[in-house]
Amino acid sequence: MHIVVCIKQVPDSAQIRVHPVTNTIMRQGVPTIINPYDLFALEEALRLRDKFGGEVTVLTMGPPTAVESLRKALTFGADRAVLLTDRYFAGSDTLATSFALSMALKKIGAEFGDPAIIFTGKQTIDGDTAQVGPGIAKRLDRNQLTYVSKIVETDLVNRTITVERRAEGGVQVLQSRFPVLITMLEATNEMRRGSVENALKAARAEVVTWNAEAVGIEDLTQCGLRGSPTIVKKVFAPGGRTDEVQLVDNEGNPEARANALIDAIFARSPDVEKDLFDQAAHHF
Amino acid sequence: TRKELPEHFKAYKHVWVAVEIEHGQIHSVSFELLGEGRKLADKRGVELAAVVMGDDRARLEEAAKECFEFGADCVYLACDPALVHYRNETATNVLTDLVNTYKPEILLLGATNLGRDLAGSVATTLKTGLTADSTELEIDEEGSLAATRPTFGGSLLCTIFTLNFRPQMATVRPRVMPMPERDPGRTGRIVEFDPQIVEDDIVTKVLDFIADRDSDKANLPYADIVVAGGLGLGSEENFQLVKRLAEVMGAEYGGSRPLVQKGWITADRQIGQTGKTIRPKLYIAAGISGAIQHRVGVEGADMIVAINTDPKAPIFEFAHLGIVADAVTLLPALTQAFSARLRINRLAS
Ligand SMILES: Cc1cc2nc3c(=O)[nH]c(=O)nc-3n(C[C@H](O)[C@H](O)[C@H](O)COP(=O)(O)OP(=O)(O)OC[C@H]3O[C@@H](n4cnc5c(N)ncnc54)[C@H](O)[C@@H]3O)c2cc1C
Ligand SMILES: Cc1cc2nc3c(=O)[nH]c(=O)nc-3n(C[C@H](O)[C@H](O)[C@H](O)COP(=O)(O)OP(=O)(O)OC[C@H]3O[C@@H](n4cnc5c(N)ncnc54)[C@H](O)[C@@H]3O)c2cc1C
Repeated sequence: MHIVVCIKQVPDSAQIRVHPVTNTIMRQGVPTIINPYDLFALEEALRLRDKFGGEVTVLTMGPPTAVESLRKALTFGADRAVLLTDRYFAGSDTLATSFALSMALKKIGAEFGDPAIIFTGKQTIDGDTAQVGPGIAKRLDRNQLTYVSKIVETDLVNRTITVERRAEGGVQVLQSRFPVLITMLEATNEMRRGSVENALKAARAEVVTWNAEAVGIEDLTQCGLRGSPTIVKKVFAPGGRTDEVQLVDNEGNPEARANALIDAIFARSPDVEKDLFDQAAHHF
Repeated sequence: TRKELPEHFKAYKHVWVAVEIEHGQIHSVSFELLGEGRKLADKRGVELAAVVMGDDRARLEEAAKECFEFGADCVYLACDPALVHYRNETATNVLTDLVNTYKPEILLLGATNLGRDLAGSVATTLKTGLTADSTELEIDEEGSLAATRPTFGGSLLCTIFTLNFRPQMATVRPRVMPMPERDPGRTGRIVEFDPQIVEDDIVTKVLDFIADRDSDKANLPYADIVVAGGLGLGSEENFQLVKRLAEVMGAEYGGSRPLVQKGWITADRQIGQTGKTIRPKLYIAAGISGAIQHRVGVEGADMIVAINTDPKAPIFEFAHLGIVADAVTLLPALTQAFSARLRINRLAS
């Protein structure tokens, strides 16, 4: 079974800082990581490969430096890495991203075998739209299973796959047919560590690198900024609140302070006070 | 960047909301969107329409009535046995067909799992722009939809337009927009749409649905009172103090993200940018610093009360009421005091 996992290199946003005066993002020196949800997807893919045999290909679109994320994925045990990079892709929104990735996926299918499963993460931690997975599926006209928390069963003979999908108010158990696209939630599986042996292999591995032309994109107006219907017009800092916090006097024992706080809450909102008492009257 | 809108898009008019119905229930976010959609439609001088789909005609007609009462002028109703459960394939086909037939200029969906799955598929099929997780929707001077969303972990906002394509699409998270007033008896017209789905053509089947009916499933977004704790509580054991106060107040409890990572609370109780957005009447935050990612999830609260030992903690910059105190001693005192007052009131009544 051939499986492709789409991974995105993202800034480790825990370390992103906003400049306090200019309100711009300070990207300098911010380390990058593989988007966390993509690692859950990768783990799921590696497990399926270990069980059924086959190959796992990882694919990323990004600047040439995104190769680091691909090597990282190879150390976890992926078999092949593909980097899609071209200045024409710069400024892509989700529609342009899904276009470029779908073209690369077609080429991967042609060169290395049609993937039975394409995995993506549920969303990234930077763009955070959760739109690229569904976008790729539609572009490739594949069945899609989104927000999957668990793969229940894969039946290679009948070519069916059964998953648990997080829906509103519950879990849907869905059965679909290969080839599918799956977007992964945080799974319960323990994630593997990279092995020394794989790390050595990864350092030497050749990363397949394609540009727009290599994946057969003729119409460059579908790429990058030009191929993006959304236009970011304005970036600004959220307006602060002007009224200051009312601090409750901090005198006395905890009991006195607790009562002072409750008085202050009820003084600001008689509505909350009424709700609480109405509810208490019903409850006891 | 603003060109003359291509000729074939000029016929696109009206504001639409794709209504979420699962298991007969309309998701509240759909009503919140109708409230917001009403304002946009009035500003554009156009109609507000809702799209409802499902398999139970009586229920759909009931849902249409609710949509009218919450502001819709028109409801597109698609009824078919294959629409019994939400499935990407069927829902995407119905919604894209409707858009191509009736041509709305704005299409709004909830940023729920269902809404994001559907919106992403529909936008790609229609090759139009989609702004995710908007927190503010406006019409600019030239009549375009301006959708504002948080970026970079909520520390900045950006405004996104889809100027040269139609429809202009956006998703909005539950509880970001206020619930509109209901206008009982308000009506509108229903447009029937026959989706003509052949079940055998649909590859994906729903084998089962396991409802989260266990009482422990949090319904934070819609709770009137929320009590939450953060790392400042110091231990899982101390976190129980938050639960106890919540219990006495009949409130939901939740926490900051590190508590999920530590396993003190489940992910569905995380409040903030990557957790739940809440809009309670009262929010009590104990031992939470008030990082921007937390702040964006609680700013819709009517009253924010902060308990923190550090008077310089960022939470005091946006809390309404604050007390500089050790939560580990104050929380039990609050629980005591509330329960005493509620008991006295019960005896008095
Ligand atoms: C702050 C900010 C806000 C934005 N808002 C919008 C918006 O509202 N609408 C819009 O259309 N675009 C938006 N964009 C642009 C969008 O983020 C980019 O198009 C981005 O390349 C892909 O979207 P995402 O990060 O949201 O991915 P998601 O859709 O959240 O990603 C889902 C999965 O798709 C896969 N994937 C995504 N990107 C890649 C990649 N480059 N290579 C390989 N796999 C990938 C991964 O498996 C990932 O887990 C925004 C960007 C930023 C920085
Ligand atoms: C991409 C991204 C997404 C994120 N999403 C979220 C999110 O959705 N929700 C979220 O909450 N966070 C989120 N975070 C994390 C966020 O940045 C903060 O790290 C987190 O909110 C801090 O949690 P905290 O306030 O509990 O802990 P801390 O920041 O450690 O604060 C503890 C506070 O407790 C106070 N304290 C200490 N002892 C006591 C005591 N005895 N009594 C009272 N107060 C005491 C301290 O003064 C301090 O203010 C996200 C981060 C990133 C990078």
